[in-house]
Amino acid sequence: MTLAALELARDEGRIAPFPADQSPLVIRELTVSYGDKPAVFSLDAAIEPESMTAIVGPNGAGKSTLLKAALGIVPRLSGRILVFGQPISQSMHRIAYVPQRASVDWDFPTRVIDVVLMGLYRELGFLRPVRRHHRERALACLDRVGMADFATRQIGQLSGGQQQRVFLARALAQNAELYLLDEPLAGVDAATEKAVIDVLKTLKVEHRTVVCVHHDLATVGDYFDNVLLINGRKIAEGPVTTTFTAENLQKTYGGRLATAHIDELKLPAAS
Amino acid sequence: MGAEFVQLSLTPLLIGIFAAIACALPGNFLLLRRQALIGDTISHVVLPGIVVAFLVTGTVSTWPMLVGAAAAAVVAVVLIEIIKRVGRIEPGAAMGVVFTSLFAAGVLLLEQSDTSGVHLDVEHALYGNLESLIWFTAEDWSSLTDPRALAGLPPELFRMVAVALGVSFLTVVFWRPLKLSTFDEGFAGAVGIPTTAIGLGLVITAAVAAVAAFDAVGSIIVIAMFICPPAAARLMTNRLERQVLWSVAFAVLSAALGYVLAGYGPLWLGGEHAVSAAGMIATVSGIILALACLFAPHRARVGAPKGT
Amino acid sequence: MFAPFLDALLLQAGYNAGLVTVGAALLGIAGGSGGTFLFLRKRSLVSDGMAHATLPGVGLAFMVMVALGGDGRSLPGLLLGSALSATLGLLAIEWIVSRTRLAEDAAIGAVLSVFFGFGIVLLTIIQTMSGGYQAGLEGFLLGSTAGMLFQDALLIAIGGGLIVGLVFVLRRPMTLVAFDTEFAAAAGIGVRRIDLAMMGLVMAVTVIGLKLVGLILVVAMLIIPPVTARLWTERTERVVLVGGAFGGVSGYVGAALSASAPNLPTGPIIVLVAFALFACSLLFAPGRGVLAAVIRHRRFQWQVHRRQGLLALAREEPILDPLTLSVLRKEGLIRQDAVVSEKGRAAAAKALLDERRWAIARQRSEDGSLDSHWDGLTPIESVLTHDEIAEIDRQIGPPAAVR
Repeated sequence: MTLAALELARDEGRIAPFPADQSPLVIRELTVSYGDKPAVFSLDAAIEPESMTAIVGPNGAGKSTLLKAALGIVPRLSGRILVFGQPISQSMHRIAYVPQRASVDWDFPTRVIDVVLMGLYRELGFLRPVRRHHRERALACLDRVGMADFATRQIGQLSGGQQQRVFLARALAQNAELYLLDEPLAGVDAATEKAVIDVLKTLKVEHRTVVCVHHDLATVGDYFDNVLLINGRKIAEGPVTTTFTAENLQKTYGGRLATAHIDELKLPAAS
Repeated sequence: MGAEFVQLSLTPLLIGIFAAIACALPGNFLLLRRQALIGDTISHVVLPGIVVAFLVTGTVSTWPMLVGAAAAAVVAVVLIEIIKRVGRIEPGAAMGVVFTSLFAAGVLLLEQSDTSGVHLDVEHALYGNLESLIWFTAEDWSSLTDPRALAGLPPELFRMVAVALGVSFLTVVFWRPLKLSTFDEGFAGAVGIPTTAIGLGLVITAAVAAVAAFDAVGSIIVIAMFICPPAAARLMTNRLERQVLWSVAFAVLSAALGYVLAGYGPLWLGGEHAVSAAGMIATVSGIILALACLFAPHRARVGAPKGT
Repeated sequence: MFAPFLDALLLQAGYNAGLVTVGAALLGIAGGSGGTFLFLRKRSLVSDGMAHATLPGVGLAFMVMVALGGDGRSLPGLLLGSALSATLGLLAIEWIVSRTRLAEDAAIGAVLSVFFGFGIVLLTIIQTMSGGYQAGLEGFLLGSTAGMLFQDALLIAIGGGLIVGLVFVLRRPMTLVAFDTEFAAAAGIGVRRIDLAMMGLVMAVTVIGLKLVGLILVVAMLIIPPVTARLWTERTERVVLVGGAFGGVSGYVGAALSASAPNLPTGPIIVLVAFALFACSLLFAPGRGVLAAVIRHRRFQWQVHRRQGLLALAREEPILDPLTLSVLRKEGLIRQDAVVSEKGRAAAAKALLDERRWAIARQRSEDGSLDSHWDGLTPIESVLTHDEIAEIDRQIGPPAAVR
């Protein structure tokens, strides 16, 4: 029934032109509210498989809320989420999640490698012992983000960029098909930004799908294939080349984004 | 001192130690979740829980009291959540409203009901009666192998050992989800850990530990053991595994040293009477924490606090 | 039961009881208004730490007074001792927070339990000290008004009055500091001094309340009335006033109730009266009450589903959500067989028009000031004037009919 409805929606041209059951993430009529203000209102979106998508919008536009709702960790007022064509409860193991760095207490008494091992939770469960091959995998993930030398450090000693890389390593350890990242490039140094983007691009080559909440308009075009512009509701979604236009940005940010600033981005002119 | 020690001091000492361990273990997680004062709340609401259980069943027996206290803890936590969410009141004040009111209700119920025939009053609830839990049937160390003497061990000892073992067992079994959801609740939810249930389970475990300890040693020890040993342990190490072990060591040390000082300290100083063991155990745990604040290797903060 | 209560309410239950009732009311006002500042600074539970930290001071003061050959039970002396040890407790909390990685809640809990435990040790020493001599210091744990001396009742009444006066004098600078610390500092108010005054006030309420309510429950007088007041108003000055009023009523009614029958301990009764006021407020307060929140949430959910359903109708999209369908059905916007009704068609056209108007309005808005209203539910008529809408409509052109 659900799939049939999605087919119907696709026939109407409302959903991207790839089979709905293959989209890693389909969001339909999603509304989430904190109190009486909707943070996300009646939002539809579908993520293209094996692509990199940026979720872009002003502060308080509901970007993080959208990710959390997709993961099922905030309650929704209405709407439904399909991950690889299935309800989230049956497809959780196919998603990896990188929360915002500031959402945890970095004074927590634990080491870098222990944080990465948390990514293996689904495998390890409650009591299965951590064996050498688990540790080696965690180390390999740290190595991919250039943090292997820090494995036994206390997490409080890391810089902001290093913390971000550890979070990314933990998501790599989850070995998922869909990666949801919340502001992975916010407040990090240039070296970390490059390391993170390199890893994300590799993920795409490995036929995985990446969705990032992203705040830096200047780099959207360089880093991502698709963009989802939201401000409480969806403004536009599609390939960066056709969707990330001055007109759509003006719509997303209202009058807040100075026209001069948009000009600096050297976007394709509004049609 | 052999015979006298076995008869008068061995069992209270052991009960004190196991009570301290049972409270310190969940205390570690409450501390890291910035919920240290949930321990304070629990130890206050244990009183109304026990009184209601007594009024319903008419007897002072273990199981109804455990259930009553755990239920009171759950009621308190749910009330705090409602006040926080619906009334949009900050957590500390919400806690303050709930535990004072429930404690007041407990005192009132106690005053209004006829508890003269049973061992239930506010002062007992605060101090406990650790000193009175002696081993009547023991004669000396050989009683440890004498089945008849062992049969006379105070039942509180078995209860406390069982609860301490139970809490340790739960801590080991739920170690990973507990640690993960304490560190990063969002990620824990995203890998399928029921974070709300884990949080509630922690509070219920703490409540069960509190009521078992409360029965034997009073609520002062309960609050002190929830907070002081884990807090001192946090300053000793940067790994949760070691922190928990340190906290158990500090809890055992507080209980043993506190009991001995309370019982024999005044005699050494020329006094005639022992002082409150419960109060002394809390005092010793405070001295340990003060020393940790002054000298522990990891006493200063390194990481940025949450939300910055 | 009722007649004695009325007597007590009218202060006819004896001179001492009357004085205690007045003292409780004054203490309630002082606690309710003074506690507001602590609550707004999000430090309510510091008072719990301070209250428990009074116990060793009471014990030591007793021992010192006995050692000096005094009675040991003199209330002013005991209260002085309790104030000193509460200060020490407060300093210990601040020292732990500033010197170590431990957070304030852990510091409060540690100070609370350790000071209290040490106080109990002192009490047991006192119990044995002078050969079965009953000091009656246990009365400080839960308060006791039974057999209270006249001068003690007078001390409570005068103390309560003085604190109320102090709150009145300091209310402006304290409100400023509690509301916006940085602004207050910029306005030339010594924030540190005002914070100290606030803590002094909290200490005074705690100490004066010891004999009446007891050290375990006295924090309730500092926490419950301000929280209750906060449920009713959003303005700081009013929270202070309303908090004082709730505190005063709790103290007065509680003390009177307690005086009217045996086995009604004063402290717990005052706390429970305060809680009853709080519980009623939490249920029925207009903004932050449970009832209001439930109604609001229902209405909000209904509106969201109605709007989503109407837009789906207008765009001829399938409606999947069962709740949306049921909302549309109940409003008569679609028929039982899910076919759009006449009324539904009109409403859908209206919703679609509203959407289009919003799209244009947002493009035209230069400063983004409209964005905060753009939540998908606010009709544009409530934000823009008639003329502005007419202007937008000219841009849209004639409305499209909804089939």
